[in-house]
Amino acid sequence: MHSYPSIETKESPIVNPLIDPHIEIKDLNVYIDGRHILKNINLALPNNSVTSIIGPSGCGKTTLLKTLNRLVDDTKGVEITGSVLVNGEDIYGKNAEVTHIRKKMGLLSQKPYPLPMSIYDNVAYGPRIHGTRSKKELDKIVETQLRNVALWDEVKDRLSHSASGLSIGQQQRLCLARGLAVEPEIILGDESTSALDPLSTAKIEELLIELKKDYTIVLVTHILRQARRVSDYILFVYDGEVLEFGPTEQVLLNPQNEITKQYVKGFIS
Amino acid sequence: MLNTRLVKDILVKRTTLLLLLLSLSVVVIIAVGLTVKSIPLFEYSDIFQLLAGKLWSPMKGSFGFLPFIAGTLAVTLISLVIAIPLCILTAVYLTEYASDALKNMMLPLVNILAAIPPVLYGVWGVLFIVPLIQLYIAPIFGVVTSGYSVLAGGIVLAVMIFPIMISIMVEVLQTIPYDLKAASLSLGATKWDTIKHVILKKARPGIVAAIVLSTSRAFGETIAVLMVCGNVAKVPTSIFDAGYPIPALIANNFGEMMSIPLYESALMFSALLLFVIIFIFNLISRLILRRLEGGQHG
Amino acid sequence: MDNTRRRLLSEKVAKVFMHLSGITVTASLFFIVGTILYKGLPYLNWEMVSQLPKGGFYIGKEGGILNAILGSMYLAGVSTALSALIGIPISLYLNIYLGTNSKITQFSKLLFDVLYGVPSIVYGAVGFGIMVYLGIRASLLGGIITVTLLTIPIVVRTVDELIKTIPEDLKNVTLSLGTTRWELAKVMLRSVRTGLLTAVLLAFGRAIGDVAGVLLTTGFSDNLPKYIDEPAATLPLSIFFQLSSPIPEVQGRAYASALVLTIIILIIVVCTHILQSKQKNRR
Repeated sequence: MHSYPSIETKESPIVNPLIDPHIEIKDLNVYIDGRHILKNINLALPNNSVTSIIGPSGCGKTTLLKTLNRLVDDTKGVEITGSVLVNGEDIYGKNAEVTHIRKKMGLLSQKPYPLPMSIYDNVAYGPRIHGTRSKKELDKIVETQLRNVALWDEVKDRLSHSASGLSIGQQQRLCLARGLAVEPEIILGDESTSALDPLSTAKIEELLIELKKDYTIVLVTHILRQARRVSDYILFVYDGEVLEFGPTEQVLLNPQNEITKQYVKGFIS
Repeated sequence: MLNTRLVKDILVKRTTLLLLLLSLSVVVIIAVGLTVKSIPLFEYSDIFQLLAGKLWSPMKGSFGFLPFIAGTLAVTLISLVIAIPLCILTAVYLTEYASDALKNMMLPLVNILAAIPPVLYGVWGVLFIVPLIQLYIAPIFGVVTSGYSVLAGGIVLAVMIFPIMISIMVEVLQTIPYDLKAASLSLGATKWDTIKHVILKKARPGIVAAIVLSTSRAFGETIAVLMVCGNVAKVPTSIFDAGYPIPALIANNFGEMMSIPLYESALMFSALLLFVIIFIFNLISRLILRRLEGGQHG
Repeated sequence: MDNTRRRLLSEKVAKVFMHLSGITVTASLFFIVGTILYKGLPYLNWEMVSQLPKGGFYIGKEGGILNAILGSMYLAGVSTALSALIGIPISLYLNIYLGTNSKITQFSKLLFDVLYGVPSIVYGAVGFGIMVYLGIRASLLGGIITVTLLTIPIVVRTVDELIKTIPEDLKNVTLSLGTTRWELAKVMLRSVRTGLLTAVLLAFGRAIGDVAGVLLTTGFSDNLPKYIDEPAATLPLSIFFQLSSPIPEVQGRAYASALVLTIIILIIVVCTHILQSKQKNRR
């Protein structure tokens, strides 16, 4: 049903996910309150790439994302069958430790949610929780990550100020820095630029493309142009099923599936 | 036909306006009335002597209110020490860990506590808490006491303020957006980590407001505390000492008021004192809560 | 790994404390009711609720607490009726006529907040002062005045909350039909009928259990309440007096009286719950 691409696209090097998938999803089914939300998902997401999940609203995109960091566990009445393998290990396995799994995944949500503390403490929150105590180490981490998201120069003089004083674009970058501070392998983004102005959006997109070198990134987006700008692969989810998966250009310009064709119709012109 | 309706409308409007003004004037009556009645006492001795004086002996003309202020503070403080941790933990449990079914069962139960008349708390206190202190708790510390103490008052008060503290705290905790918690969880924090560092911090103003409001309720409680605190007009020096909070003072002595005119004034002053303290506390907590509410919509 | 295990452990420990707290809080309710039941049931008999205290009742002789039961019912009933008659229109006036944005409404609500927070002992003291000023002696009338004043803010606040739950649409649709504001108020009242009943019941429960307000103003009597200008007995005070007796028999009867009061309150609470679930089902 899926064709695993090994085509060189203009942004990414040759990647054969069959050999080196970072994330593998096998026979995943998610039910919420009896409703079948995700149906028989089988996927392999390649390392060091950006995959965008697109599709009409309410079709399970966010749920799929949430199963990756097991945030879906908190949903009331949820039932999950199947497995999600990260680096070969099933995160839903019996021995899986949820906090460890979540540490591997950074989440950027739709609206930035800075924690009720200073800018410094926001970034230092994750490392502190996981045991880093020394001020020197924390200082280094804070500076490194804030530089990574191009926020350092803007906030270096007010690190002890509350994070709520930042603009929305800055807050979202702060949240990215916060997520990077725990050294994840995978970054998840849930429509993470939809609350931002075009300038901030562009900044975040730039960052994501940069970060791809070291991380595997999975984004949910409803902006097809963004998907095109940023991602190497596109995943089309419709009614809880994966209808198409492939390199960006291919899915957007030459989709195999009828429904996909309908969805991206406006884009092909 | 229309005229009758309009006339009715205006009539009702006027009558209700009258009722409104009358009801609001009660505040004025309380404040002004109590102050006026206290004037003889102010003429007799200055306010500092009244508030700091340790000796209460109206027959001899000595009106030191310190024992009662201390008694009120002691009983309220003890009740807060007991109630605050219990209520925070319970409120957190109800909002973060408990199933919906459990929550829907526990909250009404806690609110029933609020409906129980204070005198029944007093009865329970006399029946159970007082002997408990006398026979079990005090001996552990090597203290001999009748059990009628500020500790007893504090324990009884603590149970009385559970409902109001828990219900406000639960309300406040429920306003914290899920995504904020999700952000913390996504970093690999446990629920408890999230509660400690994120939720409680974000909810702090609301929790403070809950505490302040409960405190003002505790200040004013009369009968339950009166029945278990011993009613001895001395500044309590240990939790096993008897105490004499301000409301108890008023309740116990209003009968004697008539014999000594200054006595009546003194009791009115106590009521005024209570009124002012509670008014200030109420105002503070309402301001905090209102600002919180506004902040959510802002 | 160590750090994670430590955090998970501290979560488990925290959960234990949370469970303990929850249990303590809910258990205290059952504890209080249970203690009164345990101590009072042996002394509860038909005599207690149907007879007046005969001579020497407080030192062990025969009689019952009918004086207090009826006195409390009468006092609380009249006070609640009055405060409802006054409080409900006031709340409607503030929320509907003037609207919640009016400065008057906001100011009034602030003042009612103050009145709500004033403890009943202060109302008692003020009530006493008013009585002295008007030349009324300790009597049912004094108690009614004081308890009514005490209950009005409670009614106003409860109705305020109730009105908040009425959907905007109802108001808009009704107004667009060209009704006067008074007629609008009537419509809104009907829609929260059960809520109002609940509010009145709760006010009644508060009124019947109050001691500090009646202590200074109502006096006490071993007779049935007949005239409004005579002192009357109230249940809480009756309990208090019986408890102060050194004779165990009388103390036992105090617990029985407390049980009677508890039963009345529990009936009220159960009724409000039934009413509230009926309201929910209708929605």
